[in-house]
Amino acid sequence: MKIILNNTEEHFENDALTISEILKLKNFVFKMLVIKVNNVLIKKNEYDNTIVKNGDDLMILHLVSGG
Amino acid sequence: MLTKIHDKTIGIAGCGGLGSNCAIALARIGIGKLIIVDFDSIDRSNLNRQYYFIDQIGQPKVDALEYNISRVNRDVEVIKHQIKLDSNNIPKIFKDCDVIVEAFDQAVMKQMIIETVLSEMPDKYLVSGSGMAGWGNNNTIETKQFDKLYICGDMVSEISETLPPLAPRVGVVANMQANQVLDILINLM
Repeated sequence: MKIILNNTEEHFENDALTISEILKLKNFVFKMLVIKVNNVLIKKNEYDNTIVKNGDDLMILHLVSGG
Repeated sequence: MLTKIHDKTIGIAGCGGLGSNCAIALARIGIGKLIIVDFDSIDRSNLNRQYYFIDQIGQPKVDALEYNISRVNRDVEVIKHQIKLDSNNIPKIFKDCDVIVEAFDQAVMKQMIIETVLSEMPDKYLVSGSGMAGWGNNNTIETKQFDKLYICGDMVSEISETLPPLAPRVGVVANMQANQVLDILINLM
């Protein structure tokens, strides 16, 4: 499938993946994330059962401390 | 052109390194109104990056920042709240803002305000900062845009024992946030 990840086109072998699977594949091991799929906010407890499919627009923000 | 920002309101969520410097930059260019929020008081260790002075140590940050803003520009209206922001009070406190600046230090608070604004106030512009600890690496600092959410920083440099937050890099990001706010306001007009 082909998706938009953080404003950039991204290809995956699979036809569909959960958010958790994408985080693993992309090696996002960060703790503090904000995730949107097609402009809908996805909370942490929904990562395992939210399916991302071809054409979806995904935002994965990684937040670090400091300010 | 900048006279048009005299009637704009900006919310500053946190008055530490990002918030104090961003607020001062916006005051200097003549922003109309600043809503500044922070529960904390000034500690000596804050002076390595935050827009406060030695004689203000111990004062609530919102009181000292209000005063420092008035010393830069008396025409800025300042509304201050000495409280801890959370997902319940954010929509009320920042309801009338044209843009909200996320200026917390902890990642968990950054996540909280971004999620709150995206879910509760989806029409609001939010300018956040993430990744500014340490020094050098000027060219890794950038701004990413996701609809009405902007993130300034290098996205990776987290504070630690060996990577402190320091005036130069925190100031760069705070002023990038102010610059992004100004750009949003000008494009709104």
